[in-house]
Amino acid sequence: MISVENVSFTYPFGPEVLREVNLEIKDGEFVAIMGENGAGKTTLVKMFNGLLRPASGRVLVDGIDTRERSVAQLSKDVGLIFQNPDHQLFAETVAEELSFSLKNFGFKPEVIERRVKRLLATLDLERYETSSPFVLSGGERKRVALAAILVWDPKHVVMDEPTIGQDYLQKDRLRNFIVQLVSQGKTVVIVTHDVEFVAESKPRTVLLSRGRILADGPAVQVLTNPSVVAQASLVMPQISSLMSNMRELGPPPDIIDPYSAREFLSKKLRAIIETRASSQKR
Amino acid sequence: MAAIAARNLSFTYAASDKPSIEEVSVTIEKGEFVILTGPSGCGKTTFCRCLNGLIPNFYSGNLEGELEVNEINVSGKSTAELATHVGFVFQNPENQLFSLSVERDVAFGLENLGIPKDEALERVHWAMESTGILDLRNKAPYELSGGQQQRAAIAGVLAMRPSIIVLDEPTSFLDPKSAEEIAGVIAKLNRELRLTTVLVEHRLDIVSRHASRVIVMDKGKVVLDGPPSEVYDDHARLIGIGLPRVTMLFHLLRRDGFVLTKNPITIEQASEELRRLLGS
Repeated sequence: MISVENVSFTYPFGPEVLREVNLEIKDGEFVAIMGENGAGKTTLVKMFNGLLRPASGRVLVDGIDTRERSVAQLSKDVGLIFQNPDHQLFAETVAEELSFSLKNFGFKPEVIERRVKRLLATLDLERYETSSPFVLSGGERKRVALAAILVWDPKHVVMDEPTIGQDYLQKDRLRNFIVQLVSQGKTVVIVTHDVEFVAESKPRTVLLSRGRILADGPAVQVLTNPSVVAQASLVMPQISSLMSNMRELGPPPDIIDPYSAREFLSKKLRAIIETRASSQKR
Repeated sequence: MAAIAARNLSFTYAASDKPSIEEVSVTIEKGEFVILTGPSGCGKTTFCRCLNGLIPNFYSGNLEGELEVNEINVSGKSTAELATHVGFVFQNPENQLFSLSVERDVAFGLENLGIPKDEALERVHWAMESTGILDLRNKAPYELSGGQQQRAAIAGVLAMRPSIIVLDEPTSFLDPKSAEEIAGVIAKLNRELRLTTVLVEHRLDIVSRHASRVIVMDKGKVVLDGPPSEVYDDHARLIGIGLPRVTMLFHLLRRDGFVLTKNPITIEQASEELRRLLGS
């Protein structure tokens, strides 16, 4: 469990980035943190593995105050994947990038090999095993950075903008992978601007704006609330906007992705067309 | 006049054993607004790096085929020479801004070109005005929001007066509001200056309405090329890329047997087509 209690934070000579934030994330939860550029999202998640410590208030990871543990100790439990993969990657090959930390943690070579192979397959990176991370595309480097953290199996996984540079298929893989992690009881926290990814994955959604929590609830509720969406510089999912444009069809409020829209519209349109056809026969 | 003409362009990075782009032949006319998209690793960034000579000047490897920019053969030209033809905006504005004020940042490229001071000042003013950041000129880049930073990065490129602008996922670090604003700024520059625009983008929902043409690459090759609503018809190929969600919805409804002739790109187009189907 990750508990953020009354946390405020200010960078030296900067404005206050977090203001009395309270947030509790249970084991096995999938949480998306959203909000405008500069809202404090990255600052908040850097608190989870001790990269930053609160100026006031406290952050507890599995009951222990982050100030009582080093970043190295915390990192074993909290895997934080940075927004920019180039801040993280350094090895000569993708396989070395993945095995590096495992060697440091003292795993046996056969365990290392098995884990590396599994991660490469899961994130569609097998063909790059012996490539240098630096010849890969931005989206691929991002997946290598993700794999390099996940390979040591942290209990809590925090990803900063994991969908940047990823196409739909890769996002789908990522989503399935997150579901898999969550079903193993891991906590997954993503920081993201990707409204459609959130609309299709439906995590608990926390909106942060100017360092404060503006909304916290199911994606369906948060993303369809026009005032908080505007305040956090987001836009509503395209499908929600379409549905509110087509109010005459009486759509339920929880339709925010193309798949649920298809289900609703298929039934609705068919019913309307059939009614019309039978009344014309008469 | 063709702004960009590539013929059988192929490139293999020195550290790689297979080509990142393969026999790419594309002609882009002056003033076009083109979205370049495709799955992660399809070669779109590599193609763009050729346009301003970053390939082969900064990335070594094997380059084959021909490439003309404004009817100039780029082979043997330095990136600095090409910078007056092709402006390049990167994904992360932070990598492009480093001065103490926005104005200095916008002027940076001009100083390197040795443009006389009066003209430089005029151009900087014009570039900041065109991107809507005149009032921010004395601010430090780190005081700006992500969207403002990206505007400043675009202004810096614009001040060089290129006739072509290449933007490599310029909205990916931005929140949706700022991303829409940046897409609007890019569209305005394209319209008002006839600036040939090549926009590499995954966020098709945000940018599609502005473009006259979409080029889709896959595995190093151009696989689709045409107006957005036509290109978005190839559902099988595009499912992996991520169409605007209203377009995706229409493909799903077609599978259920509904006859929807158009591929909507905007919410308005989608509503209109649904109402047409209902005969209202």
